[in-house]
Amino acid sequence: MIGQAIFIIILLAAVYLFGKNVAKVRRNILLGRDTNRSDDPARRWKVMAKVALGQTKMVKRPVAAIMHFFIYIGFIIINLEVLEIMIDGIFGSHRIFSKPLGSLYGLLIGSFEILAILVLVSCVVFLARRNILRLKRFSGIEMTTWPKSDANYILTIEILLMLAFLTMNAADYKLQLLHFGHYIEAGSFPVSALTGPLLPAGANALATIERVCWWFHIVGILAFLNYLPYSKHFHILLAFPNTWYSNLHKKGEFTNMASVTNEVKAMLDPSFVPEATEVSRFGAKDVTDLTWKNLMEAYTCTECGRCTSVCPANITGKLLSPRKIMMDTRDRLTEVGNNIDKHGKDYTDDKALLDNYITREELWACTTCNACVEACPVNINPLEIITEMRRYLVMEESQAPASLNNMFGNMENNGAPWKYSQADRFNWAEKS
Amino acid sequence: MEQKIPTMAEMAAEGKEPEILFWVGCAGSFDERAQKITRDICKILQHVGISYAVLGAEESCTGDPAKRAGNEFLFQMQAMTNIEVLNGYNVKKIVTGCPHCFNTIANEYPGLGGKYEVIHHTQLIQGLINDGKLKAEGGESFKGRRITFHDPCYLGRGNNVYEAPRAALEILDTELVEMKRCKSNGLCCGAGGGQMFKEPEPGKKDINMERMVDVLETKAQIVASACPFCMTMMSDGVKHMDKDQEIKVLDIAEITARANGL
Repeated sequence: MIGQAIFIIILLAAVYLFGKNVAKVRRNILLGRDTNRSDDPARRWKVMAKVALGQTKMVKRPVAAIMHFFIYIGFIIINLEVLEIMIDGIFGSHRIFSKPLGSLYGLLIGSFEILAILVLVSCVVFLARRNILRLKRFSGIEMTTWPKSDANYILTIEILLMLAFLTMNAADYKLQLLHFGHYIEAGSFPVSALTGPLLPAGANALATIERVCWWFHIVGILAFLNYLPYSKHFHILLAFPNTWYSNLHKKGEFTNMASVTNEVKAMLDPSFVPEATEVSRFGAKDVTDLTWKNLMEAYTCTECGRCTSVCPANITGKLLSPRKIMMDTRDRLTEVGNNIDKHGKDYTDDKALLDNYITREELWACTTCNACVEACPVNINPLEIITEMRRYLVMEESQAPASLNNMFGNMENNGAPWKYSQADRFNWAEKS
Repeated sequence: MEQKIPTMAEMAAEGKEPEILFWVGCAGSFDERAQKITRDICKILQHVGISYAVLGAEESCTGDPAKRAGNEFLFQMQAMTNIEVLNGYNVKKIVTGCPHCFNTIANEYPGLGGKYEVIHHTQLIQGLINDGKLKAEGGESFKGRRITFHDPCYLGRGNNVYEAPRAALEILDTELVEMKRCKSNGLCCGAGGGQMFKEPEPGKKDINMERMVDVLETKAQIVASACPFCMTMMSDGVKHMDKDQEIKVLDIAEITARANGL
């Protein structure tokens, strides 16, 4: 009874805390400007099914794709087991699904064991890729201590959870063979049958191991759940809404700013009366100038670095790294959110995404080639943020590089980015 | 040019409307290398007998480089002025000589009142090949020559046009070799997003030189492209490597014109 009570308290506390932190992330995301990403829901479901559920964009890197798939499928399938553990925890039962599911239960438990091993092996390989093989993709100026530790924490926690799960099963399996107490014969244990001999033979010791691992596993999962909102691992949840709200237009298409359309129309036709629109800044200086979708993407980013590894600017040694753009956006948004929590919603600090996080040099190094957008396995668009910040630099601060200002001047005066006369535009027809 | 290039103004004066407007673009109008490609596109149009016209001195920049560089005001000024001209001539269909013009007119003009059927010149060529109107005969033979195609970002990733330029090469019976980074993985030439008009930020090397590694790896004799900016960057890269004798950088339109003896 005490065990049940403690379990229920921990479960409620974990769910409450998680809900509270998710609500905070949601509030932060909604600090962004509005944008419509709900048209054509049929197509959006398809994109989400393909990209998030089907992980089709992971395939470009097969090794990572296969191991990530093991962890992903392990996470989803083993959650069925977690459901049983929850029910057992609340009602004080043991392997409650075994009776109603009959022989299917054995198949399920058997597959959980195999998946647990695959998850464990994949996590070990992922740790090795980061810390021993030191893949280039996992380094870079933005990959400071915290992002590197975050990745290692996630992989280590997953390894520990799987170890606890497998040890729990092995002890349970041995107790079943001993017909000890309430350990009814249920399930099939392809892995535990092999690892069982590693555990002590005594029934009391086994029962203690089983309980300790059971508690460690479930409390670990609840703690891990609460780690998500602070971690890049949040992608396991946000990948789904993030792909649902994907940009459905061609990648080459940049948004036309309605606020600018009004002004340009008024300039070209003095009789034009613009619709009243909210007066706001052109482009983005801080995170609140970006759309909620940009901000959702910042929280969705799992820092895998596929974007940066294909960025022509980054490859050739420029400062720009699309992953850093996303991480900076998220870190600044978290800061803005914390300020609201501490000082109320009207508080402003003297900082901004521009200059305090993202430098102008980074922004001007982009070739708008869309390689980063194409590479992202969860359809994040760093280019949109870069463009919005360039818009701020040009239209609010007039701070484009001098050569670009020359280009603008040429276009304004001669209708071409170079210094040629409009009258000579058709001269090519005279040559041969 | 053997034949006179028709303009929209002349056609309108005669009460005629061409089937398609050829949008030349700034590079195609002013850059000497690109001018040659412009004339080749005209030759192809004339060869197959499509009624077409250009805007001539009435054409102005689409505003693409301004938009990518963050100057939305200038972009929309350019766009709305161009749309007024295009709508004034009742233009329905446009072929462009540049992926940047193509992307801008096709994707960004509709929201500002300019709705046209827009194709890039490689799509025009592919369509003509499919219809049997364009073959590879009567001109230079490209049979068995090693050709690689450099995907322009605003044609490939930007608009998912990967097959049209390759179809134009396949009909030549060439040995088409792909670079390590091609199609949706293609590496930018380094000129997009306004970079064409400024010095690159400090780094280890220039992007077009990074692309040269991929080019040399294919051992191609010809690098085909379909964008005037890529043309400049790739040609500079080849020259910089002292390979301009062995490797030629040619536009799909030039190759098509040559293969047909135009």
